[in-house]
Amino acid sequence: MEEHDNLVVATATRIFTDLSDAQTIAHAKDTSWKAPLWQTLAESGLPLSWVPDTLGGAGASLADGFAVLNAAGRFAVSVPLAETMLAGWLLGRAGIASPGDAMTIAPATPTGRIVLNDDGTLSGHVRKIPFASETETIALIATRQSGDGVVALVETASCRLTPHLTLAGDPCDTVELEQIQPLEMAPAPRGTDVTSLLLMGAVARSLQIAGALETMLDISVRYANERIAFEKKIAKFQAIQHNLAKLAGEAAAALAAASSAADAFAGGQALDEALFLEAAAAKIRCAEAAQKGAAIAHQVHGAIGFTREHPLHRFTMRALAWRDDFGNESYWAAELGRRVAARGADELWPLVASR
Amino acid sequence: MSTALRFDPIRLPPECETLRQQVRAFLADEIAAGTFDPRKPQREDSDAPDFSRRVGARGWIGMTWPKKYGGHERSFLERYVVTEEMRVANAPTRRFFVADRQSGPVLLKYAPEHIKLDILPRICRGEVCFAIGMSEPNSGSDLFAAKTKATRVEGGWRINGSKIWTTSAHIADYMIALFRTSQPTSENRRHGLTQFLVDMKSPGITVNPIVQITGLHEFNEVVFEDALVPDDHVLGEIDGAWKQATSELAYERSGPERFLETFYVLTELVRALGPQPDTRGAEGIGRLVAQLHAMRRMSVSVSGMLQAGKEPVVEAAIVKDIGTVWEQELPHRARELAAFLDEAEVSNHTSLDELLAFATQVAPKLTIQGGTTEVLRGIIARGLGLR
Repeated sequence: MEEHDNLVVATATRIFTDLSDAQTIAHAKDTSWKAPLWQTLAESGLPLSWVPDTLGGAGASLADGFAVLNAAGRFAVSVPLAETMLAGWLLGRAGIASPGDAMTIAPATPTGRIVLNDDGTLSGHVRKIPFASETETIALIATRQSGDGVVALVETASCRLTPHLTLAGDPCDTVELEQIQPLEMAPAPRGTDVTSLLLMGAVARSLQIAGALETMLDISVRYANERIAFEKKIAKFQAIQHNLAKLAGEAAAALAAASSAADAFAGGQALDEALFLEAAAAKIRCAEAAQKGAAIAHQVHGAIGFTREHPLHRFTMRALAWRDDFGNESYWAAELGRRVAARGADELWPLVASR
Repeated sequence: MSTALRFDPIRLPPECETLRQQVRAFLADEIAAGTFDPRKPQREDSDAPDFSRRVGARGWIGMTWPKKYGGHERSFLERYVVTEEMRVANAPTRRFFVADRQSGPVLLKYAPEHIKLDILPRICRGEVCFAIGMSEPNSGSDLFAAKTKATRVEGGWRINGSKIWTTSAHIADYMIALFRTSQPTSENRRHGLTQFLVDMKSPGITVNPIVQITGLHEFNEVVFEDALVPDDHVLGEIDGAWKQATSELAYERSGPERFLETFYVLTELVRALGPQPDTRGAEGIGRLVAQLHAMRRMSVSVSGMLQAGKEPVVEAAIVKDIGTVWEQELPHRARELAAFLDEAEVSNHTSLDELLAFATQVAPKLTIQGGTTEVLRGIIARGLGLR
């Protein structure tokens, strides 16, 4: 996706360039860079891109929001932008207004469940909630005993948080709810359930991974054209060229799969087999690309890329960590494989060709 | 961004869906009539001239070409649909596919008008088969090392030398070949080669079969001994073929045939693992389907760029690199995933074993033909600004 296709993406890119520069952050001694970045993002309205204007948001299209997330991946943005966007989207589906502050969503793993008790309170124990400790509220899906779903907004401070960090150093906390009284609650509309939330999150993470891979490719190519070894630029060695060509292929595959899924979701159709294929395939392929691509980016950079002060790790470790959010690639592959198998061998090609 | 790659999420337009149903119905009729067996890719396609004519009659050869040359002025995306449906069905397309994909576009660009008016409509009718004469015994990936010589004579050129690995030369009516018309210069080693249209029925051309690992005979050695090619069969600039060789490669590299060559293995794997595979089988299928979907979306995207008049050379090279490596690995992955099927189940699926064996034999060529993985990665590296 081109950065300057539209104003929303151009705005996001300008903010990321100014306040989320990977080199600056890699050199930072603390996290004081986070507050001005979040402040500026909040003022721009980007975190509430997917909240309808009737509910206090920016009312941007799904497509624009996805493009912002792809740009955020290119800058390895590590504030809860994607999470707040997803939360706003979820709340909006149920007609709940979004508060202006940082939000996250739950559950964020396929096994996570939150229960709506008979007394109207919420209980549950959900793991790997991204950025929970940096948010004010959590948007979630809970289910009654009967199976009916609700969308709810809870105060983060009312939950018990056990802090954890991803391998990129971003929060991914365990959140426990013990008969929490929600701030807002509404029935989940048809088609809004934990699976659809996870799929939406998977598409978001796919776009972020694709963005991170684009930057890995960019800085690896630049480095290969600067670094001299054996009296020439290492870019001149065929082994390096071929490794970078493979990295380009992985970045391209990730971008194609993620853009395709974003395009499919932006169409707004109901969740069906084809949409499931788009989202699951994007997450699977982007996760695989993250692994192969990050390995090559590090190999090309040599020891300098393994240091804390070099910005490479901001992209590689984040792309690898994002694999685990909203269902990892093994989970989605098994789910997709089961669906393909249940349809039968002769229905495989028609499914693929329908996209 | 200097390395920016574009893979816009192009969707096939609605007219493609109608066309797809037409192609499927046509293929179902052909299968029912016994023209070919979609579950038996292990056969030579040299015996399907009637099928080619019927495909031509439907308007599915030369689809994108101008009507004045027998074409149908349809989109690259429509052609894409026909190509992928034919490939997935294992239809016998060998006789017309090379002309449709490569030779026709070269003639359209470089042949004199009367040649175009003569040959292109016959390609569209499925009447003529083309071969491509690039490789020689001592010139494979290094195209510009070609030595087969074209010497100027009265009214044309005399050809001496040989081409090798020439697919379909034994059934081809024409070959588009690269011959040496001058020596390379010290400034440009690519100088001195010219593209020619060769009538395979000309005296002085001998085709010797070469049998492949699979036991099939698809490619050949073609020997030229004082074969004559008339002047009006020169395609493009004399000594300047190097300027012409790259642009058509985007068409050749990015199509669905670059990742669907062993697709039947995946279909049969899904059949063998059954409607409720265990987690290992399900995950394996899911990954393969995800990878396939991602490649197809890349490939459709390149096709959309071609339709928009762009020349996505690097993107096309990426599709072929990833696609051919994938289709090459596919039989091995399928073999692993089928490893724990019990004997009783396997006996119901003997076709999987047979297809795995055939695909495993075919696999080595997939990353060699039409530009090796190494050549492709060189092209990608150049596009990235590394060379």
